[in-house]
Order: sequence, then structure tokens, then C-alpha cells
Amino acid sequence: MRDIAIISFAQTPARRSVPELNEVEMLMPAIHGALEQVDMTIDDIGFTCSGSTDYLAGTAFSFVSTLDGVGPWPPIQESHVEMDGAWALYEAWVKLQLGELDTALVYAYAKSSPGDLPMVLTRQLDPITVAPLWPDSVSLAALQARSMLDSGKATEADFAEVAARSRKSALDNPNAQLAWDRPAADLLDADYHVAPLRKSDCAPITDGAACVILAAGDIARSKIERPAWIRGIDHRVEPIHLGLRDLTVSESTRIAGEKAGVSGGAVDVAELHAPFSHQELILREALGLGDDTDINPSGGALAANPMMTAGLIRIGELATRISNGSANRGVAHATSGPCLQQNLVAVLEGEA
Amino acid sequence: MPDITLPESLRDVEAVRSVRTPAQLDYQVVAGDATTRFLRNITKKRIVGQRAPGGRVYVPPRGADPELGQATPIEVEVAQVGTVTSFCVVNLQFYGSGMEIPYTSALILLDGADLSIMHLIQEIPADQVRIGMRVEAVWRDDADIEPTLESIKWFRPTGEPDDVNVRIPGEKRGTGLGSWPGGVPPTELVVRNPRTGLGGTAADGGED
Amino acid sequence: MGHERVAVVGIGQTKHQATRGDVSVAGLLREAAQRALADAHMTWTDIDAVVIGKAPDFFEGVMMPELFLADALGCTGKPMFRVHTAGSVGGSTAIVASQLVAAGIHERVLTVAFEKQSESEAMWALSLPMPFTPPLHAGAGGYFAPHIRSYIRRSKSPDHIGILVALKDRQNGLKNPYAHLHEPEISFDSIKDSMMLWDPIRYAETCPSSDGACALVLGSEKVADDAAAEGRQPAWIQGTAMRSEPTLSAERDTVLPLGGALCAADVYKQAGITNPRKDVDCVEMYVPFSWFEPMWLENLGFAEPGEGWKMTEDGATALDGDLPVNMSGGVLCTNPIGASGMLRFGETAMQVRGTAGDHQVDGVRKAVGHAYGGGSQFFAMWVVGSEKP
Repeated sequence: MRDIAIISFAQTPARRSVPELNEVEMLMPAIHGALEQVDMTIDDIGFTCSGSTDYLAGTAFSFVSTLDGVGPWPPIQESHVEMDGAWALYEAWVKLQLGELDTALVYAYAKSSPGDLPMVLTRQLDPITVAPLWPDSVSLAALQARSMLDSGKATEADFAEVAARSRKSALDNPNAQLAWDRPAADLLDADYHVAPLRKSDCAPITDGAACVILAAGDIARSKIERPAWIRGIDHRVEPIHLGLRDLTVSESTRIAGEKAGVSGGAVDVAELHAPFSHQELILREALGLGDDTDINPSGGALAANPMMTAGLIRIGELATRISNGSANRGVAHATSGPCLQQNLVAVLEGEA
Repeated sequence: MPDITLPESLRDVEAVRSVRTPAQLDYQVVAGDATTRFLRNITKKRIVGQRAPGGRVYVPPRGADPELGQATPIEVEVAQVGTVTSFCVVNLQFYGSGMEIPYTSALILLDGADLSIMHLIQEIPADQVRIGMRVEAVWRDDADIEPTLESIKWFRPTGEPDDVNVRIPGEKRGTGLGSWPGGVPPTELVVRNPRTGLGGTAADGGED
Repeated sequence: MGHERVAVVGIGQTKHQATRGDVSVAGLLREAAQRALADAHMTWTDIDAVVIGKAPDFFEGVMMPELFLADALGCTGKPMFRVHTAGSVGGSTAIVASQLVAAGIHERVLTVAFEKQSESEAMWALSLPMPFTPPLHAGAGGYFAPHIRSYIRRSKSPDHIGILVALKDRQNGLKNPYAHLHEPEISFDSIKDSMMLWDPIRYAETCPSSDGACALVLGSEKVADDAAAEGRQPAWIQGTAMRSEPTLSAERDTVLPLGGALCAADVYKQAGITNPRKDVDCVEMYVPFSWFEPMWLENLGFAEPGEGWKMTEDGATALDGDLPVNMSGGVLCTNPIGASGMLRFGETAMQVRGTAGDHQVDGVRKAVGHAYGGGSQFFAMWVVGSEKP
């Protein structure tokens, strides 16, 4: 495949609610930040692709007005996915593989604050048999967590370890929404939120936006000293019906990881999109990550979880670590749908 | 692939043809910075457009200058008088608009603004509305003014002579930016690139 | 790596109608997909990846519906992708799918686009009362009608052109068994006498609201060569292009948008088209209101500025004209919004493959498919041909 790298990444500080800005106003600093870091304008971009969904803010065609934020004039080559921005990055990567364009700008955003997010997400479920029951996203994740406990694969203390480590790592992340340092054992003293999950096991609800710039070959090298090369990227989906899946494993992540070539070398860092603590355990197993991999140094989705964006942020966070030399090779993961239904895995590496 | 057949036990059961699954989601939508500033001015019966440095005057502003991709911090009050650049006559009752049909929905280029707003034309028979007609805003009673563009009830003719040379966005000598004179396709250069200032050979921004 | 050849090797669509109450959303998609697979002599297991497109999720009231449709479309363990670029989505979805093959990532990709507007209220979906946003006053027709008036004014077109377009497309639709509207009694006078909804747009010059789906199977060069060896003509993709521009811009021409012309110029260049009127054998373009035919004829370089309506009036765009347009009956006969673009693209592939039945144009070697969306601001086009690019 053609060598494509991430050369810039910017995100807005994660907040529970950004009431003073509309979507495009919230998004623009991420786009401008990513462009300015590599001294580019939209005129230097060959292809633009974004990820968002209408349901979060309750507006049809919300992506149409947010496109204004890139300044698409004169007209540009552009596309949009109703998916996490990680998939928009995938589309951009495919586009650059064709060899006609050399650069791409990818952005994603979401305001979850206007609605009741766990209730909004019920609208993803089977409209005839499941959605009318309004099973919220936290309760579905709790079913999965219960499966983990019942199978003997993990304990609540294991969940708490993930939660504590993630929030502690987030202390070093200026964009994090939730960051604190408390012993895992203390977390178990809290009441259940939706048993067996505690609040600390759940991602916060976040408004936010992020932007990534991709470039091919020598263009990437000319823009930054250490581009984060995409060595492999793949995504897979499973049925939405929880009864059709073994919830304690993520088969789609496993296949995507295999296709992306995760096992082809040491994994220094993994940024995993796990909105619930137990899901990190499932993902680690699916990707075959061992103790020598630094998991979610950004704090992961447990520190900030802007919908449609948190997956793209995982890729951006990993790219930043590779570009600044703190890691050489790593894995980024994005998820969508209830209980890790759909998963994307990317392998990034520093050396050309 | 073999056809899927119904199990024996279900053969005589009447099929469910449909289910009604009403859903209600409540959203608290925020206006954002640019729209808030615009609507605050509307409550003072002022129409204040916005632009980015080097940008155009947008009424109403939506948060980003769509040519530059930048926020629009600069406020520019525009006139409450403008020119009809196009319109349609609506003969259909639309979801509770409560309008008496026929009514006219028009694109109106306010003096001082760079592109048209869509609003109603009233106080003139629908079949007498014209492109180039000069119109002015008619506000609700002061007590009913709210932070919404609907505080302007409609526009009505000013009685001035028509502006036959009104600038119609994108239109130059009737050919349009996206047309192929002589079979030659246009390029990006027919419009001015707002970041580099290059291009704009066919721009209709008033140069000719 | 680079740009591998791609061809359409299977096409399927549903019977389109106002309400497909006999099938679920999944059933609707499977109807189209299974027809495309059968046409390609494939089964679900042959497919490497699935790309789904549709317009706003509020139309069916399901958020990101591809998630619940994944298993019904045979996606388990496979890549599944969802595109949404407003009304152009059916076209852009096919383009995204084709790129997966062109980039050498997959050999066989199924792409499906749909809308099941009867599942909820389309008008509701497009007119959620958004605070702070100026009211449109009259729906989509109210948005586009002033732009059509501008076209009529600047082109000095006679008033009856819109009626001629509607008559032609509805008559073409009679030859298409899948079309939603079949109106054998339609006539120039019946269109002229239909209600003037948004002057200058009459009721009979307006697209319907349909339930429907369209599916294409896209194959690599090897897959297409194998099909050809078995006597099934592939429709080779000779070019694809997309362009976007903002809804509101001071310079933007909403009648002949620059983005549409740039998109056309790009795709023609890829396909070796230097004189569109001469080099192209037929066109499926996105005409939801009749007047868009002359507008797009100019925007896509088939006519000089201000002259598009003359092609319509002269019968050049009729099924037996020198540049047939919307042989299928087009969006004016069938409008499942998310699928409408893919139906345009699919019809061009049928024409190239010689499988368009009663609406087949003789000897089609190059056909252009076109879709647009938003406020005439998102464009997707492709050129398919009987010969390898």
C-alpha cells in the first residue's frame, strides 16, 4: 500500500457541555489547530472527510452547516460518514491510496449535551423488537460487564483498576474531562450506577471535536520530522443483537487487528476506545496486547468521550506519541454500536 | 441461496404487518455565539450581520464564514431595506405556517449584506412581486419582539423604483459561474480564492 | 498500489412505491441486494465488504440504521461502512464503494442505498422546528423554486420547458417496471393544469416520496473479466468525482453551481470525454423538480449557458434523442431519497450492459450518472462504459 501518515492532530478540550457555541463554532478551533500546526490551509488539502451523526443534536443535515468550518470555497473534494471520525479517516486513507491526491483533512465532532445520550443511543437498536423497550446504553454495557464477571474472565476489581489507571493517566492530558488519582480499591466502595458498573466504570458524556491531517510519502516527511505512518488499518462489524454474540470477546476487533497487522511487531502504546472499563479488558485480549504495552496514556474514553469523535481521537493521540518520539509503534482502536458492535484498528509506526 | 420459508407452526398465523413505535426525544438546543449576538440585536430591531476579517457580511450569521472557514466576530449593521433577488409563490399550506395562500417566499438582498436572506413578502398581491423589487422589513409590535428572525413579520414594497441591476449572487451577465461557455469548463479560478486573493476573473462581486 | 480497474457486475433495485408496507427496512434492502447478487452470479459469502448509504436517519427514525442492518446484509465479520452526503448520497456511496476495489483492498463490494420514507414522516424529518433557524416557509420546493425562477429569467426560457421535462420523464417511467409513478394518462395538459405548488413549480413537475432501495455489486478487473467471459457485459467505471461547496456564499451560483461544473469536468477528464454532448451516449441526472434538467444540462457542459432548455424543447433529451436523459424516468418518477443517486448510477450501468429493457438506448458505450444534494451544493458523478478505462 501507499505510505500514508498522520502529520497533525488537534482536539478541543473535552467538556460535559459547550453551551456557548454551536457545532461549527466548537469545531473550528480543532480544524484551524490541525492546519496551523503544519502550516497548511484548506487549499493544501486534497480531500476532506468528516464523521458525525444527526441524532445527537437532533438536527437533520447537521454536517452541512459544519462544513462551513473548513471554508469549502472554491468547491472542494469532500465526503461525510454517519460514523465515528475514525471511519472518515479510513475513507480518506482509501482515497489517498488511489494515488491522485496527497493530503486529506479528517474531522469529527459531537454535541451530546442537547439530548439525553443513553436514551438517544437506544434509537440505534432494532426498531421493531428492541428500541421500543428503550434499553439505555449503560444498561446494555452492564449486561456485557455481567457476562465478564459470570464467565470468570474478570472481577469488579479488574474493572476498577482500569478506571483508576485511566483517570490517573488523564492527569497528563490537558484535554481530558475526567482526571483524578485514587486507588482502585477505593472505587469499589462506591454504589453501583447500573450494576455491576459503577460511575467510575463509565465514560463521561462529552461535547467535543477533533481533526487529523493525513499526507502521503515525501509530503508527510516535508511537513514534520516524524510522521506517524499507517502500517495497517481495518474495520469489522458484528450483529447488533446481543444474543447473537459472545459479549465477553470482540471477534470483530480480533479480525480487524489481524488484518491491520497488530502482531507484526512490538506494541509500545495502545489507544483503545473503551467507553466502559470492562471493554478495555475485552479489547486487550482481542488484540493480543500484553503487559509491555502502555494502554491509553491519554486516559482513553474514560477521560473524555465525545461521540463520533473519541475513536478519531484515539488515532490522533497515538500519532502524537509516535511523532514526539515517546513511542515507535502502536495500535489505535475505535468502536461504534452497542457493546463493541463495530470496531476499527489501526497500526501506526514512526520509522519510515 | 434457498428461499427462506415460514415454519409450519406459523403458516396459519396472521402476519404482523406493522407496529407503531412512537418515540420522543427532548433536546435543549443552544444558539451558539454568532446567532446569539445576531438575535440579541433583533430584539433591538436591528439587523446586524457578521463577518470574519477579510470576509463577507452574512445575515443571518451561522457561526462560520463559509468561504474562509473562520468565526465572524465583526458586526456590521445592515439596512432594513433590500432588493428581491428571486422568489416563489406558495399555493400550499405548510405544516401550521398559518399563512393565507398564496403567499410569496423571497430571497432578499439587504443593502449592505453580501447574500440574500429568505423571507416573506406581503402587502402586495403575489402576482405583482418582481425580481429587483425594493422591500422593507415590517416588524411585529414591540411587545411581541423576540430573539427570532420571525420578529420581522414580513417584507413589503417600499415603493422605490426597481433595482434592475441588483447583484444576484453567482450570476454574471446571465451565464452563471458553473456554466461552460464555448464548451470550456470553468475552473476554480473563476471565483476569488478568499485566502489567497487569487482568481475571480469572472467574479460578479461588483467588479463589472 | 494505485488505481485498479473496477466494474459494476451486478445491479438490483426494489419495486419503488409510496409505502412498501410488505417489507421491513431490512427486507427492502435485501430485496435490492439479493437481486444485485443474483445478477452478479454471487451469493452473500462472495462479498468482501458492504457500503451503505442513506439520507438523514430521521426519515426512518433509526439512528445509524446500518448497525441494526449489519447481519441482514451479511456483514458479520466483514467491513461495513455508512456514507451520508445529503441527497447526493446514493452516488457518493457507490463512489466510496468503488474506491475500496480501486485501491486494491477488496475484490467484490456490495453497495446498497435506500430510503423508507413511509416509516416516518419525511416532511417532519426535514422540518424539525429548529430554534434560532430562520423558517423555510415552504419545504424543499420553497427552497429551490426561487433558484428555478432565476434560471428561467436568465436563460429566457419559455414557461413550458418544465412541463416537457415532466412529460418525458413520466413517459419514460412507464417503460420502467420498478418506477414508483406509472401514470399512463399523463399529458402536457394534465401537467400544465396540475396545481402550481411553489410557482414556478407545479405539482406534476415535482418528485414523489418513495420507499425503495438500490444495490450494486462492484468487482475488480478479474471479477469483471470473468463475468465478461460468461457473456455478462461489465459496466466499467471510467471516472468518479465528488465536489462540495457551502450552502451560503456570496459568490456561489445556486442555479449553475461551480461545484457541479468542476465535478463534471473532473469526471470527464478521467473518462476521456472532451465533447460531452458528442462523447456521451446517455445521462441519468438528479432532477427532483422538472426545471433541473435544463439547469444541469448547462452545468454539466452539455449545453451552452442559457441554452439547456433548447435541448429539452428540441427533443434531444428524449429516449430517441441524441442525448437521452433520465431513461429510467428519473427522480421525477421515483424518489427514495438516499437511493435516488444510486438509482441514477445503476441505470447508467444497466444502459452500458444492455440490460435496461424497454428503456434501453441502442449502443450505449459511455453513460454519465449524476447526483446532487443539500442546497445544490454536494455533487457526485461517475462515467461508466462498455470498454475498460
